[in-house]
Amino acid sequence: MATLKDFRNEIRPNWCPGCGDFSVQAAIQRALAALNKEPHEVAIVSGIGCSGRISGYVNTYGFHAVHGRSLPTAQGLKLANRHLTVIAAGGDGDGFGIGLNHFIHAVRRNMDITYIVMDNQIYGLTKGQHSPTSATGMQVKTTPHGNIEQALKPTQLALAAGISFLAQGFSSDVNQLVSLIQAAIQHRGFSLINVFSPCVTYNKINTYEWYKDNVVNLDKLEGYQPNDYAAAMNQIREHDGLVTGLIYQDTNRAPYEDSIHNYASDSLSHVDLQLPSDVFAAALKEFA
Amino acid sequence: MLSELSWKVGGQQGEGVESTGETFAIALNRQGYFVYSFRHFSSRIKGGHSNDKVRVSLKPYRAIASRTNILLAFDQETIDLNAKELCDGGILIADEKFKPTAPNHVQLFSIPLTQLAEESGSAIMKNMVSLGASCYLLGLPLQVFEEVIEERFRRKGDKVVSQNMEALARGAAAMEQAGGAAVKLSLAKADGTRRLFMMGNDALGLGALAAGARVMAAYPITPASDVMEYLIKKMPTVGGVVVQTEDEIAAMTMTIGASYGGARAFTCTSGPGLSLMMEAIGLSGMTETPTVIIDTQRGGPSTGLPTKQEQSDFLAALFGTHGEIPKIVLTPATPEECFTAMADAFNLAETYQCPVIVMTDLQLSLSKQSTEPLSLDSIRIDRGAVTASSDLKEVPITTQFDRYKVTDSGVSPRVFPGTPGGLHHVTGVEHSENGRPNEGTANRQAMMEKRMRKLDGVELDESISRHGSADAKVVILGIGSNYGAIEEALDILQEEGIAASHVHLHKLLPFPVRALNEAFQNAEEILVVENNATGQIRHLLGFFGVKTAGTIRSYLKYDGSPILPLEIANDIKGRMHAWQH
Ligand SMILES: Cc1ncc(C[n+]2csc(CCOP(=O)(O)OP(=O)(O)O)c2C)c(N)n1
Ligand code: SF4
Ligand SMILES: [Mg+2]
Repeated sequence: MATLKDFRNEIRPNWCPGCGDFSVQAAIQRALAALNKEPHEVAIVSGIGCSGRISGYVNTYGFHAVHGRSLPTAQGLKLANRHLTVIAAGGDGDGFGIGLNHFIHAVRRNMDITYIVMDNQIYGLTKGQHSPTSATGMQVKTTPHGNIEQALKPTQLALAAGISFLAQGFSSDVNQLVSLIQAAIQHRGFSLINVFSPCVTYNKINTYEWYKDNVVNLDKLEGYQPNDYAAAMNQIREHDGLVTGLIYQDTNRAPYEDSIHNYASDSLSHVDLQLPSDVFAAALKEFA
Repeated sequence: MLSELSWKVGGQQGEGVESTGETFAIALNRQGYFVYSFRHFSSRIKGGHSNDKVRVSLKPYRAIASRTNILLAFDQETIDLNAKELCDGGILIADEKFKPTAPNHVQLFSIPLTQLAEESGSAIMKNMVSLGASCYLLGLPLQVFEEVIEERFRRKGDKVVSQNMEALARGAAAMEQAGGAAVKLSLAKADGTRRLFMMGNDALGLGALAAGARVMAAYPITPASDVMEYLIKKMPTVGGVVVQTEDEIAAMTMTIGASYGGARAFTCTSGPGLSLMMEAIGLSGMTETPTVIIDTQRGGPSTGLPTKQEQSDFLAALFGTHGEIPKIVLTPATPEECFTAMADAFNLAETYQCPVIVMTDLQLSLSKQSTEPLSLDSIRIDRGAVTASSDLKEVPITTQFDRYKVTDSGVSPRVFPGTPGGLHHVTGVEHSENGRPNEGTANRQAMMEKRMRKLDGVELDESISRHGSADAKVVILGIGSNYGAIEEALDILQEEGIAASHVHLHKLLPFPVRALNEAFQNAEEILVVENNATGQIRHLLGFFGVKTAGTIRSYLKYDGSPILPLEIANDIKGRMHAWQH
């Protein structure tokens, strides 16, 4: 049986020392080991950004796609092999900027995949431009007079779009992140874990300390029930999106794969592709 | 006795023009005639003029003709727009209800189509009345339509079937009464050979199914949507899935993900979608993930002419996506070829691990036509180099599979995720043999060469076909649905004593330079026929260095309508004339 070390590889991440993404990498590895997964049963599909490199840093199957397209790529993979554990991952720009369209539709479709966003409220890889989650007023290269746009709240958006599993983590709390990732993988349907994963190089506002001072941990909130949609929305609004923990889960929705009419129960990678002659004959009749 | 004629029905979109045309065409196809239909429609659902033109012949003509013998008009607009193409003495059957007026060169039969339909049970059966009138004119027994009417209306009950039959009979009787006997255009009897009746899109869908496609991801667009709609019905019979995605970028990347996962996956679009897919097509090339993309060309650029014929995406398909990747482009000409092209496309994609673009055009995609019987025997499935899990049993977890192993052929075996012992990384970033990002110069060069080597010097079998006299001085080069018009132009020219040959491009990339050099050996005059404004195929001849001593000219058409046989023949004749002076 695979252990934690089996999910590690020899590659040294090219992240800056102190980057929040190291914790996400470690949390994914721990969660997979804790779930008794074998490395070959898992595929990580990522986008482009500092965060997007993560698919190469965990010893599983990995596909590093193009900017913003980890979700459709991951959904295609899941359709080809429904028995794989598919994790999509990337940054806030990747997922909520260029790839936002795909995010909303992945939520609607509800395939059984787990999406981990490393949200540093900045474009890291392209050296510090503002991102869709950058706060209003934030002064970076592309906002010399302060950001005049409003920040997107990924959790609020996800809830509005009808997500079936929603969580938010923070790179400083790896234990919580591990349990959130485990729960998300076990959830049957689409799950988002938005992780506050500080960029120590380009975001001097949303630092580890800043998050520590500002986030509210719902997992520790007395009486909080993650199956209560209205309560989830209220918490997000009350704390301006700065909550962590399992925010919302709907266990009643069937994943997309379960609802496809007559969909094969096996992976499509090794099925017999020869079209049965009776099916072909019946199809030809329609053109007689 | 006629061996060939053209029949057209026109009216407002949504008033049964399409079903009238289709009933007529199917019925005649079943008699053994070769039938070719072309639909003129616009980008709206109700209203606006539309028409269906049907060619009926004893020879396999795959083009519409310039003129029309019989025109059925449901409104005056149809007459105003189409009567000019009626040949001298051509027959116009119009609904008396709108008090039709017609130009002098045609014979107008004003028949109470609507009234007779109402007498048979309902005004909507005016199409049956008009079919009955046509049937009489062609000297065909009404029974020719019985079977088709039975099939079409069986679901609605016996009464509806018999009412439609009655409307048909009333139409024939009315035509006789109006003096139709004097103008009968009796068709020579066909031999009763049974053929299929389908459009290119039908054949692409069926071809994908036969080729083992299991995942289709696509976004609706004219004239591609039929393929998705067809497979949504059919995929459940083979346990596959069709996803209507949020856009074409998702369609293409979902296709890549599914193919990486080991399924045969494809997408289908038209020009605007192809543009959106470009970045991801590069990802497919760079990660050596096999993909199949159908591009059913329509009028461009931008939204262009969404419901009209054009062939202007060739250069985009060949050269689109930034950077350099190996790519294959297939250009079938007929529904028969669309059917086999899909298996070819998947086999080539998986053999060379690259994107394969199958290009049709609106005319090929949407023209329903007599199609020779299709057989599964012509389909072979070759998944290319895939390492079996049995070969990976002893591999330790920490070992990375060399997914991009440098080989002589440039092709490196794939392994599908989920396979123990096959762990590896895939990235659109330049990478080492094991798939890890690597920006080193020596690695870059080796990897670039490995990828490009896969198709280096390759010319695919049957990239071109040759027709007509091989030593003719005049060669007409065509692509896609122009096939039929060129074949027929050869016939027209031959009747006038002009020998020409027809060379058709069926596989555009790798560009068949050697085959074309040979085909052009004796040519003094080469006419490149294409539905675009800039002569894209002609430019490719130069780009790829095709050698010929002949003069290369273009016949171009970019007004949104198909190229007609007579236009090509006249162009050649004009040129011959110029030579003689
Ligand atoms: C189509 C396209 N446009 C732009 C880029 C350049 N680019 C690469 S990563 C990136 C943004 C990265 O930000 P984010 O997704 O937040 O990831 P981070 O680096 O912060 O982890 C951009 C704009 C690209 N690779 N592709
Ligand atoms: S630039 Fe920021 S996000 Fe990128 S690696 Fe460095 S710290 Fe991490
Ligand atoms: Mg970021």
